[in-house]
Amino acid sequence: MSGNILDVQNLKMHFYMGHEGIFGGKKKYIYAVDDISFTLAKGETLGLVGESGCGKSTVVRAVSQLYRPTSGKVLLDGRDLTKLKRDEMFSARRDMQLVFQDPYSSLDPRMTTAEIIAEPMRIYKKRGFFKMSDAEIDGRVEHLMELVGLSKFFKNRFPHEFSGGQRQRIGIARALALRPHLILADEPVSALDVSIQAQVLNLFKDIQKEMGLSYLFIAHDLAVIKYISDRIAVMYLGKIVEIGGYKDLYANPLHPYTKALLSAAPVPDPAVERKRQRIILKGDVPSPNVQRPGCCFYDRCPEHKDCCRQSLPQFTQPAGAAAGHEVACFLFTQK
Amino acid sequence: MTDETILQVKDLRTYFYLDAGVVKAVDGISFDLHKGETLGIVGESGSGKSVTNLSIINLIQTPPGKITGGQVLFHGEDILTMSDERLREIRGNRIAMIFQDPMSSLNPYLKISTQMMESIQLHQRLNKKDAKAKAVEMLKLAGIPGAEERVDCYPHQFSGGMRQRVMIAMGLSCNPDILIADEPTSALDVTIQAQILELMQDLTRRLGTAVILITHSLGVVAGICDTINVMYAGRIVERGATDDIFYDTKHPYTQGLIKSVPRLDRDTDERLFSIEGQPPNVIDLPDCCPFYPRCHKAMDVCRQKYPPLAQFSNGHCASCWLYAQKDAGSLNLKDGKNER
Repeated sequence: MSGNILDVQNLKMHFYMGHEGIFGGKKKYIYAVDDISFTLAKGETLGLVGESGCGKSTVVRAVSQLYRPTSGKVLLDGRDLTKLKRDEMFSARRDMQLVFQDPYSSLDPRMTTAEIIAEPMRIYKKRGFFKMSDAEIDGRVEHLMELVGLSKFFKNRFPHEFSGGQRQRIGIARALALRPHLILADEPVSALDVSIQAQVLNLFKDIQKEMGLSYLFIAHDLAVIKYISDRIAVMYLGKIVEIGGYKDLYANPLHPYTKALLSAAPVPDPAVERKRQRIILKGDVPSPNVQRPGCCFYDRCPEHKDCCRQSLPQFTQPAGAAAGHEVACFLFTQK
Repeated sequence: MTDETILQVKDLRTYFYLDAGVVKAVDGISFDLHKGETLGIVGESGSGKSVTNLSIINLIQTPPGKITGGQVLFHGEDILTMSDERLREIRGNRIAMIFQDPMSSLNPYLKISTQMMESIQLHQRLNKKDAKAKAVEMLKLAGIPGAEERVDCYPHQFSGGMRQRVMIAMGLSCNPDILIADEPTSALDVTIQAQILELMQDLTRRLGTAVILITHSLGVVAGICDTINVMYAGRIVERGATDDIFYDTKHPYTQGLIKSVPRLDRDTDERLFSIEGQPPNVIDLPDCCPFYPRCHKAMDVCRQKYPPLAQFSNGHCASCWLYAQKDAGSLNLKDGKNER
């Protein structure tokens, strides 16, 4: 791995929600993503994990510039995407493709498989990014279908003729069509059944090995994230609270939220389940419509101290933790 | 868990008659449920888990669906042939249900109190005041803070986890013998899921309620179920105590299923096992083992006929020719009378 393909610095994504009152009072915002930074090395998989509403999907959309971030930098191969104009962005998107969660709504029901997979190539060809004859595009479609484990005889079939797992394969083939370097995958396996989920996860791994791709992979299932990722970032309420190598994070979780999350995830083994001590968190995730001065996890944290409410913990690498394993929590800041 | 059987399902068959053909959503399943037992039904989408449970309380929409055969004996009384009045006395009262999506199973126009009191007043013949007190008591049991005020809120004022608590409180308010929970935590986050499962386990144990828990998550059943039915394409392919299912797995489908779940508690870089192929198309399934195209141990006989149920110790059984042949010794396929 040499260099970072993606470098996200202080990314903020706030959604404007109108004014308080009728006469232009205070502006209201949803602080969906609030000041997060991470890097993704070439050929690496970074897993983003967290509960619904924590801002995982917003990160993907802000990175891909589907939303224009409120502030912060998104460097793709050293180029700041937030500064790019529309047509510059168009060319940058070739390197960065998306795979979506729902294989039912992310494919156009009126297009055949071949049309869906060829569409990105046709669009970029039309804009003059490369020259490809129709036969070449056809050949590439067949090659891509083979790569993701679909028979090329399915070329002229429509999405409704496929099962969920097969549709997700079509979505992956489409994402690979432009030979991107980075794939942003937003919960690509959570709509799939267990046996199919395993197939698609393995497919992601195989393609990565073959094409040297980097993944930003989102899932809410901790076991899935552990299987697919090299490094994992845990998000809570728009912030990253802990980041580390996949083994370190699971063997030695530091942040109280990570601990609770890990202890709550069910393990398919009755003996393990009987012995486990669960940390049951009180209450629900608070609404992201207020900016908290202190730690975002304060209200639900079983180990909170006074300072947690007043100021924001900074990222530190505590003594004894593996390299690159960082946490934002006052339990680990020396005072 | 005691030996008293409260529900017996015998050879239940629910078919859906569609233009494209017949879907045998549930095709000849049998199982017993004991008092206080927690039974898990696991399977992938389309395997017939939910239809099984809807059939148990006779809630199949006809047409297109029809319960074409079998019996569902609740304390010895067949639910499928009972009068509508008698059925109404049982539904919601002796057998209660919780659904996956608490937002769409609560009426958004009515206060929680109205919705909870409806079934309490109907089944327990309490007056309004007592019914409301009962509703508040149940909400308190379900761990809703400020239950006295919250009871007069509307569903949209609750979060997803809180709504599911309301559903549980509502389901248990008439002290049912059986609580059917259809994917009660699939729409919830893991930390909330842990809360809800703990609550369900705690309350049903205290009240002695038997639970049928439908889920696709093997982790959830491992934690709270006594027995497990594994379903595939409308049939129970394996059934047994939780430990037997996980540690003495018989059916190749169950084995594959358990192996294909990524594990949190293991540090391996090994490739994840995956069951090859796609789930079967359930329209007009032939009468053979539906799993054979994906099974790595498939034999010729699997393609010809559906396997009989092979019994093992402790009520553990599996429908697979691997065991049928060993058990039946010399098996004669032609006479077709090898089902035990």
